[in-house]
This record gives sequence, C-alpha cells and structure tokens, in this order.
Amino acid sequence: MRLPRSTLFGIGAAVVATVVIAVLPLFLSDYHRSTGATVGVFFTAILALNIVTGYSGQISIGHGAFMALGGYTTAILTHDHSWNDIATLPIAALIGLAAGLVVGLPALRLHGVYLALTTFAVALAVPQIAKNYSGFTGGTEGLALPTHSGLWLYRTSWLVAGIAFVFAWLLLRGRTGRAFRAVRDSEIAAASSGVGLAVYKTLAFGISAALAAVAGSVYVLVNNFVNPDVFGLTLSLYILIGAVVGGLGSLWGVLVGACFVELLPIGLTTSHVSSSQLVPVVFGAVVIAVMAVVPLGAADVLRAALQFGSRTSESVERPLGTTEG
Amino acid sequence: MAAVSFTRGRAWSIPSVWIVWAVIAGGCLFLVIGSIESSLFLQQTISGLANGGIYAGLAVALVLIYRATEVINFAQGAIATFTTYVAWQLIAWGLSYWVAFACTLGVAFLGGFALELGAIRPVERRGSQLTVVIASIGLLILIEGAIGRIWGNQVKFMPAPFPARIYHVGGAAFSLQDLGTIGVSIASVVVLWLFFQFTKLGLAMRAAAVRPHAARLVGIRVSWMLSLGWGLAAALGAVAGMLAASSPSVLLQPSMMDGILIYAFAAAVIGGLESAAGAVIGALAIGVTLNLLGSYVSWITPPLLLPAAFVLMLIVLLVKPSGLFGRTRTRRV
Repeated sequence: MRLPRSTLFGIGAAVVATVVIAVLPLFLSDYHRSTGATVGVFFTAILALNIVTGYSGQISIGHGAFMALGGYTTAILTHDHSWNDIATLPIAALIGLAAGLVVGLPALRLHGVYLALTTFAVALAVPQIAKNYSGFTGGTEGLALPTHSGLWLYRTSWLVAGIAFVFAWLLLRGRTGRAFRAVRDSEIAAASSGVGLAVYKTLAFGISAALAAVAGSVYVLVNNFVNPDVFGLTLSLYILIGAVVGGLGSLWGVLVGACFVELLPIGLTTSHVSSSQLVPVVFGAVVIAVMAVVPLGAADVLRAALQFGSRTSESVERPLGTTEG
Repeated sequence: MAAVSFTRGRAWSIPSVWIVWAVIAGGCLFLVIGSIESSLFLQQTISGLANGGIYAGLAVALVLIYRATEVINFAQGAIATFTTYVAWQLIAWGLSYWVAFACTLGVAFLGGFALELGAIRPVERRGSQLTVVIASIGLLILIEGAIGRIWGNQVKFMPAPFPARIYHVGGAAFSLQDLGTIGVSIASVVVLWLFFQFTKLGLAMRAAAVRPHAARLVGIRVSWMLSLGWGLAAALGAVAGMLAASSPSVLLQPSMMDGILIYAFAAAVIGGLESAAGAVIGALAIGVTLNLLGSYVSWITPPLLLPAAFVLMLIVLLVKPSGLFGRTRTRRV
C-alpha cells in the first residue's frame, strides 16, 4: 500500500510535534508547564471549533459555552460529589455531546450570520445562567478544585489534546469527514448525493461540543477554580481567533492558533515592549495585521510552502468563506 | 457576495409582512391597554422604551455596516464607548454637555472613517467576510485596551443631559431623563433616515451598498461610501453611548457597551439585519419586554435578562429565519 505524500508528511509532522511536546516540559519551570497545559486546552478547543466551522461550514462563536458545560461538570462532580477528576472527563464529553446535538437542531434552520449570532448568544447566556443558579454552581464566588503539579497538568492536557487530535484525524479523513466537507462546500450537491444534511450537521455540532466540553474540563483543572467569568465572552472570541489564525479546514494550523492566542499575550506581557496596559492594544493590532497579511491562516502558508516544495497539484481544500461573488 | 445570510426554501417564509405588522400592532395594543389599566405598567413601559432607544442607536449602526458589507461589526460597542470617553473628557475640560455632544459626533465620524480606512480596508481587500469579522474582534480588543490605557479602568461619571425632573401623570412618574433619551435616540435615527432618503450622498451610499458594481459604473466611489458608512455608524453609536452613560443604571467604564451591544445584536437580528426600521422595532421590543419581564415575573432575576433577550431572538428566528423584515433570499448553488 502506498500512502499519498501528504499523508506521509502529516504523519511525520505529527511524530515530530509529539516528540517536541513530550520533551518540552523537561526544560520548563512548573509555572510555564501550566501555561503549556493551557495551550493544550486551547488546542483541543480550537480543534473542536474547526470540526464544526472549518469542516462542516457552520460558524460558531459560542464554543465557550460548551467549555463552560464541561468545566462545571468536572467542578461540580469533584467538588460536591468527590469524584476523581479524570473520571469526570467522559461525563463532560457526554454532556457536551448532548448539548451540541440540542444546539445543532435549531442550527439546521439558521445560516451564516444568524447562526453565528445565535451561538454567540448561547456563549453569553451560559455564564449568566451559571451566575443565577449559584446554589448549584457556586455563583460568582465559584468553586475551588484540588490542585495539581504543573507537570501533571501539562501531561493530562496534552494527552487529552493528542487523543482528540487522533480522533478528529480518523473521523475527518473517512466517510464522515467527506460528508462534512460536502455539506460545507454545497449543501444542495451534498443532499443530492445522498448525504443526510440534518444528520451530519447535527453530528458535527455534537462531536465538536463534546471535544469542547472536555477542553473546558481540563481548563478548569488547570485553573483549579471555576466561576462564570472564566468562561466569559473573551474565551469564545479567542477560540474563534485561534481557529481562523491557524486556518479553518486544516488540522495542522490548530497548534499555531493555540500558541497564538495563549502565548502571544503572555509573551507581550513579559517582554520589554510594553507595560501590561498595552498588551490588549498590541494583541488586537496583531490580529488585524495577521488577517490583512494571511487571511486564510497559518495552514494556508504551510500548504503553499509544501506545494512549492513538491510541485504537485493536489486538490486544495477550499476553506469556509473563500468563495467570491 | 454569495456567502452568508441565506435562508432555506420558501415553505417557512409564508408569514408575510402583514402578519409581522399584525403581531407588532397586537403588542402595541397590549402595551396601551396595560398602561391604561395600571400606572406602574405605564412607567415600566416608558423606561423600557428608553432602554430600547439606546439599543436602537447601536442596532441601526450595526445594520448600516451589515447592509454595506455583510459584516457584523463586533467593535461597534467599543467604538461607542471610546467616543463616550471623549465626550466625558471634553466635559471635564469645561465644555457644556451639548457642545461636547456635538464635538463628539464629529470625532466619532472621523474616527469611524479612519478605522475603516486603516484597519478594515486592508483586510477586506483579500479576505472573506469571516476574516473581516475576526479583524473587527481584534479591533474590539484593541479599542477596549486603548480606553483602559488612556483613561484607566476606574468608573467615571457622566453628567446627565436633562434636568433630574420627574413628571407625575395620573399615578405614574416619568423622569425627564427617560423621555429625553427616547426623544434623542429616535431623532438621531430619523435624521439618518432623512439623510439616506433625501440627499444625493445618501442615495449614492445606498446604491454602493445594494449594487456595488453598478454604482461604480455610474461614478460612485464605492470604497469611500463604505468608509463614510463606518463614520456614520460610529456617530450613531456615539449617540447611543452618551445616552447610555447618562442613564443611572449604566456606569462609564471600558466594557460599558458590551452588554448593550449584545441587546443591539439581538435587536438587529430580530429586525432582519438589513432593515433599520426593523432594528428600531426590535430594539424597542427588547427594551420593553425585558423591563416588563424584570418587574412582573419574579423568577427572572437580572442575570437572566440577557438569556431572555436571546430566547426572544431565537423564537423570532425559528419562526422566521431571516428576521422580521429580512429579505428571504434564494440560495445560489
């Protein structure tokens, strides 16, 4: 069996990335290890968003809400029912899956901007609801969770991210992934080729939400604390920025996107460039500049570099929203 | 521009504009009867309308930009907050409220114009709508950071434009603040409508938004019209921001308009995103509904008002996926 060149390259890149990520914590302080763990959380969350937005073409600005569900599941189970925290992850995934299917149903009737704003609404509503039912969620005071060492967090976070990545890769390269892409590129063509629109669009939302919920669980573990503000609007926006900067419709950009949204602000804070007051100003400006220079994200740059190297004309996947006229 | 805001087939769009108007008329009738029956109800309706007026300014600003470029501008609220800080600064320097108000409108217009030119146009040239949306989110982060940098994160107090007078009619008490807010926001939307309807520049801007290529053929500089649209939207947002900052329930701080922007989104979506009148109706409906829910339904506590606005929005969208006054468009294959 001959694997295509792009697959070989992909496997090679994955091996290199895995080795680097596995070895990296040996050279980091405990504080930086937990920063690395947060990058892992963003990796999983951006991967999740990419499945629904990049592959099945449904824009979601609300993935912070699914993260909040997972986070609160973990927090409540460990805090009130003294569960082992790893054991809560599958439960979080199941709850996320259910929530994703529920949100995916109205999404069947909404397109484009309307879907974007509806998911945005969900993202804003969930923290408010958490604030309201404070007996259950701890309200604004929040819930505290057991602390872990930075190394444990780093390993857990990246192990989860790795499993999510392999899962997404297997899912997207097969029949389901083809169906997702068909729905993204043309719903009518997909439907007339026998792809069930309702099934696959809802499925994409469900799977994506399940992964996002697990990311939220790990996020809560890394912070060892949860309150509604942890899952505020900023989180959803950062995930979306990460997904677009990394490149929609590509799994390789996800790592770049995760590093961008987590490490760039931290890097700005610790650099000599500025006082911390200026960080959001610089970060916002960089986001705009990146959009002006590489509108299709890091994956596009990678793809261009690869093609320039190999000079093969592979069929280039068309990510969301690149059609003109 | 084929990418966004398509709705599914015609089967669900059967409720025509007439049914929409009937529902709106029914709502108005309910409010009038309630107001005659109870003075508390009347009072809550008026202050709901005042809130709605504030949302309306920002919602129409969103619609302006959406109509021209099919982009949702996430930075609209932050721009409004920034200009409100400018007004606060001018007043702190000794200008009277209304002079500062007028100067701020000018600053907002130029600022909006410059933002389109400097930040949005370079992105728009190569990117998709999603790219521009991300750029507007970047702008949101940038502007809120800049406000914190320039004016600090402490709460500031904006003087009220209207004397703190209360009128008693029957058993109900109206504050001049509420009535003035309704008046100013409605007036600003009407002025904008007159501009679009009866001036040559307004006509050119509408042409550029609806048929960019044809507009270019008759000699309209479409890109300048877009910048102009951003300027006008920023000025309208500034009105909303200044009115909001003067209201007793809102504090002037960098994130002031975040919540209001959300209500404005919901209002614009309810109205159909392309219709300024729809956005105003949506905004007033949200303002009144939330105020009445908050005062009459005991289990709806303040944190639940935001979700309530979205439940309202979702109900409208599920019945009519393109909003109350949105065009039902066929989808290109």
